[in-house]
Amino acid sequence: MKLSTWLATGLVATVALATTAVVAQQDPIATRKDLMKANGRNAGVIVKMVKGEEAYDPAKVKAAFDQWDETASKFGALFPDSSKEGDTRALPAVWTERAKFDAAIAKFKKDVDDNRAKAMSGADGLKVALGAVGKNCGDCHEAFRKPQ
Amino acid sequence: MTLSKIIALAVVLAAVAVTAFWFLTVPKVEPVAEFATPHTADLVNGKTMFDIGGCVSCHARGKDDRTHLGGGEPLKSPFGTFYPPNISSDPKDGIGAWTGAQFVTAMRDGTSPAGEHLYPAFPYTSYRRMTTGDLLDLFAYLKTLPPVQGRARNHDLPFPFDIRRLVGGWKLLFLDAEPFTPDSTKSAEWNRGAYLVNGPGHCAECHTARNALGGLLNGQRFAGGPDPEGKGWVPNITQKGIGSWTERDIADFLQSGMTPEFDSVGGGMAAVIRNTAQLNAADRQAMAVYIKSLPPIVGPVRPSKN
Repeated sequence: MKLSTWLATGLVATVALATTAVVAQQDPIATRKDLMKANGRNAGVIVKMVKGEEAYDPAKVKAAFDQWDETASKFGALFPDSSKEGDTRALPAVWTERAKFDAAIAKFKKDVDDNRAKAMSGADGLKVALGAVGKNCGDCHEAFRKPQ
Repeated sequence: MTLSKIIALAVVLAAVAVTAFWFLTVPKVEPVAEFATPHTADLVNGKTMFDIGGCVSCHARGKDDRTHLGGGEPLKSPFGTFYPPNISSDPKDGIGAWTGAQFVTAMRDGTSPAGEHLYPAFPYTSYRRMTTGDLLDLFAYLKTLPPVQGRARNHDLPFPFDIRRLVGGWKLLFLDAEPFTPDSTKSAEWNRGAYLVNGPGHCAECHTARNALGGLLNGQRFAGGPDPEGKGWVPNITQKGIGSWTERDIADFLQSGMTPEFDSVGGGMAAVIRNTAQLNAADRQAMAVYIKSLPPIVGPVRPSKN
């Protein structure tokens, strides 16, 4: 490939990335869904390890905790008033009980942080850590998300 | 006929209709004689029935309290708001002074010890499928839990739903479930699952759509529908809805609340999972075997925005 082609490709890629970022910012519903899907993917990896269907892999455990931490850090800002309507299962309680919602996210982050060392200590620790962190999923979905 | 005769006839017909309705809607009571022999309670089985029955989800407060049944959070429905009563062992405010016959009557016929119709927000429509032995074990287990004082406030129902006698009419129309009878062509495991799902588990009460009078649409049993509490949509759990789930997926889900896509379930089902998580693995597996066997049924169409 010629240099000009490289540059053009690079430019296109940059624009595409920037556009994605902007779209993500403009569409908090899509962003929060992506974060939750990533949470679920990582939960799947960890659950399989805990069940013994897959071998304990510290790199994957770290990746999961890193991603959950990222979700917890970003999540609260993704529910502006403009995002109540649309393709979302968020319940009105997110906005009417905002303090409770924010506290649930803060608790999720704290449980992720507090249980990271335990999870990194091996398969037995991971099982305990998953129990503590995983409880946040159902608790928050129960109060703040429609059944389907 | 003169006008006065027509009026007289109308009055007579109305009186006959009211009288007939009155007799047809007498709250049913279980015969006391059948409870003359003392029941030897199996408290382990009683706790199993308590857990699958989901008693705490309505009669206790808070997510983690599984013992104080003083009455729970308000239950909102299209017919008004119900305040689940105290079913703790307190003899004055709870069920501590009830007899076995009174307890079975409430669970099977929806009739209170005072002889009044209970509203079917209390799912006796499903509980009536339970065996007398299981009901009495449950009653014995409930009586081991701590007494809680205080009564729930009265239900907040608009006219005409505040007239309890009308529940008798509702029962004539919709209270048709028979005691569970095993299907001899199916395995013992399948039958155990069918019993738990349809009887104490009362899964159909949310996973089946209702008609305008609140009766289950039996042709669409388990095919999902609007959430009875008005929060979104309850999924179709026939093979039309969860055909991609294996028995293992269903059993795991009933333990952890994690779908095969590793989404952690919320809504009212989160409370159900806290109950099914208490069961032994064999019972969850039996439920999974039965649910996996439900033929595909198309449920009501979900409005595009819900």
